[in-house]
Amino acid sequence: MSILIDEKTRVVVQGITGRDGSFHATQMMDYGTNVVAGVTPGKGGNLFADKVPIYDSVGEAVKEAQANTSVIYVRAPFAPDAICEAADAGIKLVVCISEGIPVRDMARVLPFIRERGCRLVGPNCPGVISPGAKVKVGILPASIFADGPVGVVSRSGTLTYEVVFQLSNQGLGQSTCLGIGGDQLIGTNFIDALTLFGEDPQTKAVVLIGEIGGTDEEEAASFIADKVDKPVVAFIAGQTAPPGKRMGHAGAIVSGGTGTAKEKIAAFEKVGVPVAKIPSEITGLVKKAAPNLSP
Amino acid sequence: MKIHEYQAKELFKQAGIPVPEGEVVETPGAAYDAAKRIGKPVVVKAQVLVGGRGKAGGVKLAKDPDEAKEHASSILGMDIKGLKVDKVLVTEAVDIATEIYIGMIMDRSCQKPLVMASAEGGVEIEVVAKENPEAIMRLHVDPLFGVQPFQSRGLASKLNSDFNLVRQIAQIIEKLYTVYDRADASLAEINPLVITKDGRVVAIDAKVNIDDSALYRQKKLEELRDVSAEDPGEVKAREAGLSFVKLEGNVGCIVNGAGLAMATMDLIKTYGGEPANFLDIGGSSNPEKVIAALEIILRDPNVKSIFINIFGGITRCDDVAKGLVTAFKQMNLNLPVIVRLTGTNEDIAREILAELNLDTAATMDDGVKRAIELARS
Repeated sequence: MSILIDEKTRVVVQGITGRDGSFHATQMMDYGTNVVAGVTPGKGGNLFADKVPIYDSVGEAVKEAQANTSVIYVRAPFAPDAICEAADAGIKLVVCISEGIPVRDMARVLPFIRERGCRLVGPNCPGVISPGAKVKVGILPASIFADGPVGVVSRSGTLTYEVVFQLSNQGLGQSTCLGIGGDQLIGTNFIDALTLFGEDPQTKAVVLIGEIGGTDEEEAASFIADKVDKPVVAFIAGQTAPPGKRMGHAGAIVSGGTGTAKEKIAAFEKVGVPVAKIPSEITGLVKKAAPNLSP
Repeated sequence: MKIHEYQAKELFKQAGIPVPEGEVVETPGAAYDAAKRIGKPVVVKAQVLVGGRGKAGGVKLAKDPDEAKEHASSILGMDIKGLKVDKVLVTEAVDIATEIYIGMIMDRSCQKPLVMASAEGGVEIEVVAKENPEAIMRLHVDPLFGVQPFQSRGLASKLNSDFNLVRQIAQIIEKLYTVYDRADASLAEINPLVITKDGRVVAIDAKVNIDDSALYRQKKLEELRDVSAEDPGEVKAREAGLSFVKLEGNVGCIVNGAGLAMATMDLIKTYGGEPANFLDIGGSSNPEKVIAALEIILRDPNVKSIFINIFGGITRCDDVAKGLVTAFKQMNLNLPVIVRLTGTNEDIAREILAELNLDTAATMDDGVKRAIELARS
């Protein structure tokens, strides 16, 4: 088992004819993802890689190819429209890779898609991978992942790879790994991910990788105290970040004294969630928190 | 992106928010002329992109043009928190009866714009939030509707009891939201909004920050950017498409990905060093970017060693290594560099890098420790 994506996932790639879209569509297919359609307005009727039909709209991809999951690689100015189009066409899971969507747009997109029963992962995220099902939706490098009991949820990309690489090398495979995105407004937060991991029988422990900015980690800590029975290990990036400066991610900013790494670490420690001081401690803490997982 | 008070006031004026008459000048003589034209007592205000101007002596009241000239000459050229003042706003002084705070930001948890208001204006809102949080009133705005008149009336009536003033304040709240929304602002703030002794409501300060991601469609606002307030390295990085923040330490770092870059800085600190910067080079193996990144770091004379930390995922390590080789051959570096490449094809990458005689590390921890040592020696 896994969360969000599995063998039944039928992916439509929005922006499949673009540079990133075509590259990652191929990568996803090579891994085993069932890419059933692509969408690029104006290029409908063609085939991608000689087999995947391209449509002008997501609506056609749903109707003709029974797509149920979308992944978006279009540039930021066009991404809000792409997300709304997917939700309106009945897609229930949208993964948006695009970086640089204005906050004002996301504030309008989120209520629109929720009204249609659609979940968004991202934007500005690396996507989702379920190694046991050999399915990935996004840009994560498949070779470093292994099937196993650890759920991983993170606001970042390469830092997640770093941690997963260590987990896999130490024999701790992953049920599902998802990047929720580095922006201020995102569709799926830590609490959503923890809820899903809590319900997933394969997931026996969760690694949560947070960073400065906002209060998502603090809210997750309270949620863990009340609702999560599985062991969780956390790491927070940005302890040395100066206030008022955006650290790469649009959401990684300490503003008005809130969103510091210190507060987030304290929030986790207060509810008994072990927090790794450095990334290389994470694997050890997982083994300690869930001793029955060790191979 | 931040804009100056006088620029934010221009946005206010266009939206119909009352602001006192004023002029921006760059010389004491021009300050004299401006004060004379205004014909009333004025306030001379330093225009720098940093808070705490008043405390630093950058805001002064002048009763006549001669005094305005005098104040302008002392404020112009002044250093406020590392920023040089080269413009002052000469603006009509108003008789203040009461000061109010109104500000708007995006509430990340609720995912809706948030209006904050307080009857305790003129004080930093962070201070009020800490010392007297009940004094701040909060109103969440439906982004699809904007601020509704009943909402602004309700909020304003908690700030004042005179309905004539309530009506004026309510309109200002709605207009400020229009500014916030149309400008793609991440912050729009009036602190203080004053009620004058003759019963007017006037914004005597203005702060507007713009969402960087929206600048592609806010071209007119982007033209207001004042690069003199930014670190030159940060300006250069933005032009090169890199994300860079200067810090005070001596270990420079180049990392792919924002989260990993932050974790690398933290690790330098954990092992007893001080990071010189945050630099996210992105997912590319392009030698041009590596060169730009190295050039930006080398601008900082404090830097004594450079740690390059790359996790090769989709961008393979061997491609990154080739990019590094090209970049290093073009540059004449006399600082020690240590490279850590992990991930897809790391073995091939190490062979490629051997050609450069570069120090390489197998893990992030080893690389950081070595870079700190090199910075000390």
